[in-house]
Amino acid sequence: MAEWLKEVEPLTLKGQIAVPYTWWVGDRGSRFLVSIRDNRKIIGTKCRECGRVFVPPRKNCGRCFIDIEEWVDVASEGVIEAYTIVHYAHPVQPVEPPFAYALIKLDGTDVGFLHLMKKDLDKIKNGLRVKAIFREERTGHILDIDSFELI
Amino acid sequence: MDNAAIVGVAQTKYERRKKDHIFADLVFDVTRAALEDAGLTIDDIDSVVTVSNDFFDGRTISGMAVGDASGGQDKNISTVSGDGTFGAFYGLMRVLSGYKATIVVAHYKGSEGSLPITTNGMFDPIFHRHLGIDAISSAAIQANAYLTRYGIREEDIAQVSVKNHGNAKHNPFAQLPMEITVADVMKSRKIAEPLKLLDCCPISDGAAAIIIAGEEVAAKCKTKPAWVKGVAHCCEEYFLGDRDLANPVALRDAARRAYAMAGIRSPMDEIDIAEVLEPFSYMEPLWLEGLEFCKPGEGGNLIGKGITTMGGKLPVNPSGGALSANPVLVAGLARLIEASLQVRGDAGARQVKDAGTALAHGFNGPCGQSHCVWIVSGNR
Repeated sequence: MAEWLKEVEPLTLKGQIAVPYTWWVGDRGSRFLVSIRDNRKIIGTKCRECGRVFVPPRKNCGRCFIDIEEWVDVASEGVIEAYTIVHYAHPVQPVEPPFAYALIKLDGTDVGFLHLMKKDLDKIKNGLRVKAIFREERTGHILDIDSFELI
Repeated sequence: MDNAAIVGVAQTKYERRKKDHIFADLVFDVTRAALEDAGLTIDDIDSVVTVSNDFFDGRTISGMAVGDASGGQDKNISTVSGDGTFGAFYGLMRVLSGYKATIVVAHYKGSEGSLPITTNGMFDPIFHRHLGIDAISSAAIQANAYLTRYGIREEDIAQVSVKNHGNAKHNPFAQLPMEITVADVMKSRKIAEPLKLLDCCPISDGAAAIIIAGEEVAAKCKTKPAWVKGVAHCCEEYFLGDRDLANPVALRDAARRAYAMAGIRSPMDEIDIAEVLEPFSYMEPLWLEGLEFCKPGEGGNLIGKGITTMGGKLPVNPSGGALSANPVLVAGLARLIEASLQVRGDAGARQVKDAGTALAHGFNGPCGQSHCVWIVSGNR
């Protein structure tokens, strides 16, 4: 132990940084979230060069380095590619643990879509089919999809 | 590439809570100690790179707060907000562009902020952050993808934790030297499946510094230089779902370029010791696959065969690694320091015999989005 700790009480100072931000969601993100809000419909974009379908939709392809123009309808069902069941809590989590995160390959897409699972945690496995559960009250937010459930 | 070397190194002891040191105290201590290790004074230094993250420190332009302590007063100083191996890369670039000697110093205090909240902040604010995903839960998804891809058992990755905490007993800077068993890891508290408490790094405080110099300054240092033979970094996609989490392609690319620069054709035969950044147990075998020490899917077998243990063909993390102390950002620089000490022959009780060539690895971003690979040698 440092000598000075024997001579004086080490003080602490509590702080909190709470900075408001208002992020514009952008072209692709706005169309995606509005589609979920108004029509309960998940949409993606398709790169004409590599053919990958992205969800959430992207405006450019990092690999091909070109604009992505084409919109495609995407299923609200898909397959679990990887998951974890979370047993610890922190203030940013939208649900109490235990719950799961899963990367879900929605039918008609080529990437994993990250979202929550809240039910049947003991039955979750990679390769199982799941479907999106939409909230009744939707506001144009990623949590307008409440979670995914096993089919 | 012109010759450049790591000529001085220093680390604090890594601890859960350093209540006797503020950031600047930590940085000043290791900066002075690295100069002393090299046999240089602050007047020999003409360039300073600090490594810190504003969100972690809770202050904007966090590098400026340690400008004085890092010896940056009246000098060319700037900050890398990323792992220390990337800060060192920038420091090396400065030396290669004409500066004589660069100090690279990293600091972190996990005890002062909130790791889940700050690491949640690295994810996309529109699509991912509101899900609450953070460094631990994203790593757990990667662990699941990797283990299920190749049928690797949780017991296999638990062995990494047993080995590294055991190695840490010989490292005076380590936070968690422990004698544990696979059974201890398996029965430790579930954090995010398949990761249990003892598969995860601790929260740590600490700082580390190195001095990188060209031949002119290296010649007058009192310490044997650790010559930089090869270095490269590479980055892959940002969104987790765009990546194949069980296949670290960016690491493979960085490793191949670093090996090519160093003239290494068969890494397992030509590298004597590796220090890799493994804040979670599964990462060590996965990164060893990316570094092409073995084929994809075979990383889990290396430890069982005794290859990566002390005395094995390729001791990995003789220091105890990030599982035994993970001051974020500092931890990659610590890997480079440990590799340098090994090729100098100054690694004390954790010294690997006849360590001529060593590899150090660090990464940035969730699940190793971007990797940096260094090859250092005792021979110019």
